[in-house]
Amino acid sequence: MAETHSLQDMRQQAAIAAKVFIQRDYTNGTVCQFQTKFPSELETRIDKQQFEETVRTLNNLYAEAEKLGGSSYLEGCLACLTAYTIFLCMETHYEKVLKKIAKFIQEQNDKIYAPRGLLLTDPIERGLRVVEVTIFEDRSLGR
Amino acid sequence: MLHLRVAEPMRECEYSQISTRSSTPMETPYKKRTPKRRKWQAFPGRNKFYCNGRIMMARQTGVFYLTLVLILITSGLFFAFDCPFLSMQITPAIPVIGGVLFVFVLGTLFRTSFSDPGVLPRATPDEAADLERQIDVANGSSSGYRSPPRTREVVINGQTVKLKYCFTCKIFRPPRASHCSLCDNCVERFDHHCPWVGNCVGKRNYRFFYMFILSLSFLTIFIFAFVITHVILRSHRYGFLNTLKDSPASVLEVVVCFFSVWSIVGLSGFHTYLISSNQTTNEDIKGSWSSKRGKGNYNPYSYGNIFTNCCAALCGPLPPSLIDRRGFVQSDTPQPLPPTNGITMYGSTQSQSHMCDQAQCIQSTKLVLQAAATPLLQSEPVILTDEAFLPGRTSLGGPCSGALPLGGHPTPPTSTPKLSCDNDMLPFRNEQSNGLRHHHTDGGHHHFLTPEEAPSPPGMLPCGSPLGHSHTIQGFYNPASQDSLHEDSVRGLVKLSSV
Repeated sequence: MAETHSLQDMRQQAAIAAKVFIQRDYTNGTVCQFQTKFPSELETRIDKQQFEETVRTLNNLYAEAEKLGGSSYLEGCLACLTAYTIFLCMETHYEKVLKKIAKFIQEQNDKIYAPRGLLLTDPIERGLRVVEVTIFEDRSLGR
Repeated sequence: MLHLRVAEPMRECEYSQISTRSSTPMETPYKKRTPKRRKWQAFPGRNKFYCNGRIMMARQTGVFYLTLVLILITSGLFFAFDCPFLSMQITPAIPVIGGVLFVFVLGTLFRTSFSDPGVLPRATPDEAADLERQIDVANGSSSGYRSPPRTREVVINGQTVKLKYCFTCKIFRPPRASHCSLCDNCVERFDHHCPWVGNCVGKRNYRFFYMFILSLSFLTIFIFAFVITHVILRSHRYGFLNTLKDSPASVLEVVVCFFSVWSIVGLSGFHTYLISSNQTTNEDIKGSWSSKRGKGNYNPYSYGNIFTNCCAALCGPLPPSLIDRRGFVQSDTPQPLPPTNGITMYGSTQSQSHMCDQAQCIQSTKLVLQAAATPLLQSEPVILTDEAFLPGRTSLGGPCSGALPLGGHPTPPTSTPKLSCDNDMLPFRNEQSNGLRHHHTDGGHHHFLTPEEAPSPPGMLPCGSPLGHSHTIQGFYNPASQDSLHEDSVRGLVKLSSV
C-alpha cells in the first residue's frame, strides 16, 4: 500500500504528479453541483464509494446554500428593507454555508485524502468551476 | 548516482552564472521586497477598481456620471423649487416620500454600479490544460490551431443546452453565462452590459438593477406628476407666466421627466416580464426559449409560476463574489491567465503561506528530474519538440550549455514579453517546465509561461546556496541504485510531461 503522509508532510515534501478536475454538473440547471463520476486517475488511490460520498456531500451543501425557501426569502426582504446595510454586520446565508464547506473540505483532507497522497481544493478558490484534486507523487514507488 | 554528480556541477555552475549576472535588487530575499498585491490589481478583465478593490466598475463610466448628474440635478431642483410650495399647499409628506424614493434610487444605483455582477474568474493554467486535453481527445486531433467551435451539450430539465467554450477565459461557460466584450469577462447569468450604470448586469446585481429602474420609474413619475401639479396650482393663483418666472426649474424638470418616463417605465415593464418568465435580456433577444424556435422549446430555468420566478430573482440568496478582489495574490497558487491587454501581473507577487514550500519543492523536484534524466532523454522525441518550440533560446556560454539543453536560459527569452525582466532567475526554471508543457499544448501558448512558474518561491535560487539546494535534492532523491534512479527519472519525467 502507499505509505501514509500527514497533510503537513505532504505539503512540505511531496511533488505534484497530476491534477484531476471534477467539472460541474449542469443537468439540474445553474445550481452548483459537481459531477459524481469517479475519475480514472484516482482509481489506484482512493475508494470509489468514498470519493463519491465526498462529492455528494459537497453537492448537498451547495444545494443548501442556494435553497429557495422561507428563510432565504426572509433574509432577502429584510436586507432589501435595510438597504442591504444589514450585511455589514451579518453574513449572508450563502457565506455561512461556504464556511461550512471549507471546514468540511479541510476535514476530508486531513482524515481521508492526505493519507492517500491526495489534496482537495475548495471549489470557491477556483470560482466554483471545478473541484481540483491534486495527486502527489507516491514516493513509495521509488523505494 | 553518476548522472546526478555530473549534473550537479552543471547546476552549480548555472546558478553562479545567474547570480553574478543579475545584480538587481531582485536578488535580495523576496520577503523584504514589494508589499503584497491584492487580487484586483492583478485582475485580467477590463474593469476599474476603486477604494482598494471594494468598488468595481466597467472601463467606460462616462454615461454613469451622466445618469448620476441627471438624477441629482432633477431631484435637487424638485426639492429646492417645487417642494416648498407643495408641502405647504398640499402636504409635507410629498418631500418626505420624494426623499425616500431619491435615497432608494441612489442606493440601488450605487449597488448596481459598484458591485461584482457575477464575474467568473478565468481558468488556472492547469484547468485550461486539462480542458484542452479533453477537447483534443474529443476532436480526435491535436492540432496547433483553433479547432472548430468547441461546445458541450447538456440536458437541463429536459431541454438540450449548448455550453460554449470561451477562448478568453479558457472555460466552458456555465449555462446562461456570457462573455461581455466590453469588460472582457465571463459573467454568470449575463443580462446585458448597461452603460447607464457603468457595469454589466448579471447574477449578483440583477435585483439591484431591477430595483433601481423600478424605483427610478416611480421617482420620475412622482416628480413629473408633482411638478405639473405645482405648476397648475401656481398658475391658478398667479398666472402661468408668473409661475414660469418664479419657478423656471420646473420646466427643465418636466422636460427631463417626460423623456425619461417613456424609456425607464418601458424598461421596468420589460424587466418585470423577464423576471416573471425567468429569462435574461440576452436570451430574450436571441429568442432562445421562444416557441417560434420549435415545438417543445421551453425555458428550463423557469420555476413554472410567476410568483416563484419573481421571488427567486429578487429575494433569493445572494451568491458571493467569485473573484475575491481584496484577497492577496499568493504567488504559488495557480493564477488565471494573463490579461489580454498585456499587463504584467507577476513581477512582484509575494507568498507567505505554507503552500510556498510546496511550490518550492515542486520546482526543485522538477529540476532534479530534468537534470537527472537529461542524459537519458537526449534521444527522446519530447525534448526535441521542446527545443523546436522554444524560440529565441540563448545558450549559456561555457561548459554548462552542453549537458542541459533545457536549462540554458539565463535571460528572459524574447517569446515571453510578459515576464518582467527583474525575474532573472525565473526563466531558467520557467523554460524547463514550460518546455514540457509546450509539448502537449498548442504551440505558441505563451500564457502557460507566466502563471505558475513565474512567481519565484522565495529562496528558491538563493545566490549563496546552490550547494545547499542540491543537498536537499539529493536528500529527497535517494534511490538505492543507479537503475532505480533511472527508472525514477523516467517515471518522473513521464508524470511531468503529463501534467
